[in-house]
Amino acid sequence: MKKLLTLEINGERFDVAVSPATFLVDVIRETVGLTGTKKGCGIGDCGACTVLIDGRPTLSCLTLAVACTGKSITTIEGLSRGTELHPVQQAFIDKGAIQCGYCTPGMILSSTALLAENPSPSEEEIKHGLAGNLCRCTGYVKIIEAVKHAAETMAKEAK
Amino acid sequence: MNQRKFSIIGTDKVRKEAPAKARGEAIYTDDIKLPRMLIGKIKHSDCAHARIISIDTSEAEKLPGVKAVLVGSEAPNKYGIVPQAPTETALAIGKVRFHGEPVAAVAAVDEATADRALDLIKIEYELLPVYIDPHAAMAKDAVPLHEDNKYGNIAYMAKQDFGDVDKALAESHRVLEKTFKTSYVNHVFMEPHSCVARFDDNGDLMMWSSTQVPHYLHTMASQVLDMPMSKIQVTVPTVGGGFGGKGEASNNELVAALLSRKSLRPVKVTYSRKEVFFQHRGRHPIEMKIRMGVDREGYLTAIDYDGIMDGGAYGAWGIIILFYTAAMLHLPYKITNVRFNAKRIYTNKPTCGPMRGLGGVQPRFALESMMDDLAIMLGMSPYELKLKNAIDGKHDTVSGVHVRHSEYKKCLTEVVNRSGYLEKHQKLPFGRGVGLAGGYYISGTAYTLYMSYKPHSSALIRLDTESGVTLQCGATDIGQGSNMVLAMMCAEKLGLPYESVHVISGDTKNAPFDLGSFASRVTVAAGAAVCEAADKLLAQLLPVAAVHIGCRADQLLAGNGEIYSKFEKELRMPFWDAVEKYIDAFGPLTATGSYTPPRRTGEFKGGNVGHSPTYGFTAHVAEVEVDTETGEVKVVGYNEAGDCGQPINPLSVEGQVEGSIVMAMGQALYEEIRLAPDGRIINPNLHDYKVPTMRDIPHIKTYAVDSYDPDSPFGAKEAGEGPIQPTIPAILNAVYDAIGVRFTELPLTPEKVLQALEEKKRQEGLS
Repeated sequence: MKKLLTLEINGERFDVAVSPATFLVDVIRETVGLTGTKKGCGIGDCGACTVLIDGRPTLSCLTLAVACTGKSITTIEGLSRGTELHPVQQAFIDKGAIQCGYCTPGMILSSTALLAENPSPSEEEIKHGLAGNLCRCTGYVKIIEAVKHAAETMAKEAK
Repeated sequence: MNQRKFSIIGTDKVRKEAPAKARGEAIYTDDIKLPRMLIGKIKHSDCAHARIISIDTSEAEKLPGVKAVLVGSEAPNKYGIVPQAPTETALAIGKVRFHGEPVAAVAAVDEATADRALDLIKIEYELLPVYIDPHAAMAKDAVPLHEDNKYGNIAYMAKQDFGDVDKALAESHRVLEKTFKTSYVNHVFMEPHSCVARFDDNGDLMMWSSTQVPHYLHTMASQVLDMPMSKIQVTVPTVGGGFGGKGEASNNELVAALLSRKSLRPVKVTYSRKEVFFQHRGRHPIEMKIRMGVDREGYLTAIDYDGIMDGGAYGAWGIIILFYTAAMLHLPYKITNVRFNAKRIYTNKPTCGPMRGLGGVQPRFALESMMDDLAIMLGMSPYELKLKNAIDGKHDTVSGVHVRHSEYKKCLTEVVNRSGYLEKHQKLPFGRGVGLAGGYYISGTAYTLYMSYKPHSSALIRLDTESGVTLQCGATDIGQGSNMVLAMMCAEKLGLPYESVHVISGDTKNAPFDLGSFASRVTVAAGAAVCEAADKLLAQLLPVAAVHIGCRADQLLAGNGEIYSKFEKELRMPFWDAVEKYIDAFGPLTATGSYTPPRRTGEFKGGNVGHSPTYGFTAHVAEVEVDTETGEVKVVGYNEAGDCGQPINPLSVEGQVEGSIVMAMGQALYEEIRLAPDGRIINPNLHDYKVPTMRDIPHIKTYAVDSYDPDSPFGAKEAGEGPIQPTIPAILNAVYDAIGVRFTELPLTPEKVLQALEEKKRQEGLS
């Protein structure tokens, strides 16, 4: 039996009818139509489906949609401020951290959450913070550089 | 140095699609939703080798919401990337040959209904013996997987013999014989295969697919659906990586098209990660017995290679890869006595196929390991031995391969200097070591996979005062950045901003012919086609500008958005004014270009394989730490120096090299698909199949050596498959340097290290 629930995604409210067993990733992609959230493994290993729930990076393929009412969900589409990219997005673009782009939404959201918690992470802290997001194209080197660069940009902006 | 001055080539341009990817707005195949679209799902075999006695789909067909059910006999045409020897069908017919083989399929209104329908399909099997080991499959009384195959379970055999190997080995100062085994690994591109297929009212088929090779998918869909190619269009949305694994038609693509034809509705079939492991096409595990000789001075005398390739259930790219393995023995060192003797075996497991650096990675692992051993036996530095044997700027192999340009020696020297290899090798404390290895790869092939003499790449450029610069080329961007490379070349030629070039690619109807993204061919082949088209455009445009400017056309150049005289600065006009004048006078301004690689062959079986317009080279030094208590190997430092010719976009070259290194590091240390004796995959997921995470990577430093191939478009060569070749032996040579144990089987797990350390201790205690 489907349940009617309201999800708040990127500041907008969506009324959706979902079965209690439906995972958040499928609601976001199929029902709401925000396809920026990617599905790479379906069982919480690759991090491509990462979204922010109340600011915390969360694997949407392991999260039941019914458990997300009353929470604030941010997907990759909700990160930029209108036409202006978030500094993390801009850093990924500028530093060559995007190749095929399939891991990118999850990687960027995890990086954003990491920097919110730790605005100037060391290389080790970046590696620890993003170890749950797999990338097969870049060898991670440019992603680490992008996160460092984003941290610097955000520190300058905060001043 | 013969490098010319460029304004766009050699700069770190940002990929035009990067902002859309960063915003999550790039459209991948699985993101597509068409009106009335159905979800297609595949029923997989739950045994690894069996005859299909019956398939009952009646219950599934009755389920409300199910719009089509499909079985193999409805699409009996066999297909394969090598069309002379097709072995596969869209769904199994008569028997199954691996656990997970597609047997039936359904299209339904939603995924849950499709899943329920799959459960209602009843299949009765008669079990046959399962062979997961190629030796067992080769046994005389083994049941053949393919009854029509000539040699039981030996899919293909190949022998090549150059020089006099026996004589050379007999006369060698030292001869080393070793057996190496590589593991069963998958590409693990992040985007699982996906395809949307739709038939229109005229019976024309449109396929959106995550393929690397729209052209080859086009040919195979035509074969399987028994339709003329002109009634099929393949188009490629954003692709989430391929690495070879999307380098031929996959079952989901053919099934989507067949289900769409049957249901008269659009159908999407997207694989789960488990199904990606079933589709597989990953690297062939090879058992290689190799003899290698060396003279007193350290010059290589002969290579004698004996290999058994585990092919999995079907043919696929197998025969091509078999011969590539042969070709790869001849470079990047001078060697005149080479014997190759190998077989590819059918086994009951998902089919092996093309994976980044195909043909080279396994023999490179063995040969670079043995060269280290030989150097140490001679009391010589591996660097000295490798440099001594390395090819010079131009080289012809005994197998007839011509290398027109190489800076391999520079790669070796640079990486050794930059890493401090000589200061560290054999000088670090126990448990820490450095390893050196080199490698190379083709920049495209000399032949198509079927007999054909047409150009391998073609491009069309249109200059228009309204729509600007449109570059159409069938080359396919799978995340490697080929759209950017081609746009940069076009912009450089026309003297226009890179951002102004609109690229239409990866489409069999809206872009001119290209073979696809594999064999590191796009930069050289499609690049040459783009350059030729741009040159032809200028040849049309410059005379018009010359009349207006009042000078000779052959003295005009295009640059900075202008056309100007190379002699008098004041003689110039805006580029787009010239285009307008041309169009006013003559009509549309377009030009095409194409590229056909030079034909070379050898008078022996497999003689067409291994020839390439030009070759990229690379050398690596890995530094490792071996934890002697846990057996864990950690790569702590990594240096690379590569010859990719002129880097078109240095940032993207670095990305290719870094990605290659980390992918190969996974194969060296962690990755292996494991099978139960009944052929079931134990770890078809990213939880138990371990790929490197960000925490596993060392500090990686890459360096592009000064290089320019004057016969290549803008001097460029491959950059994305050469760099995966030396990583495994560089790491294993470093492990040898660290603990004095030569490992010959992949992956190098902590268990193997601990076992070897114990054995070493026991041996030392005995002596």
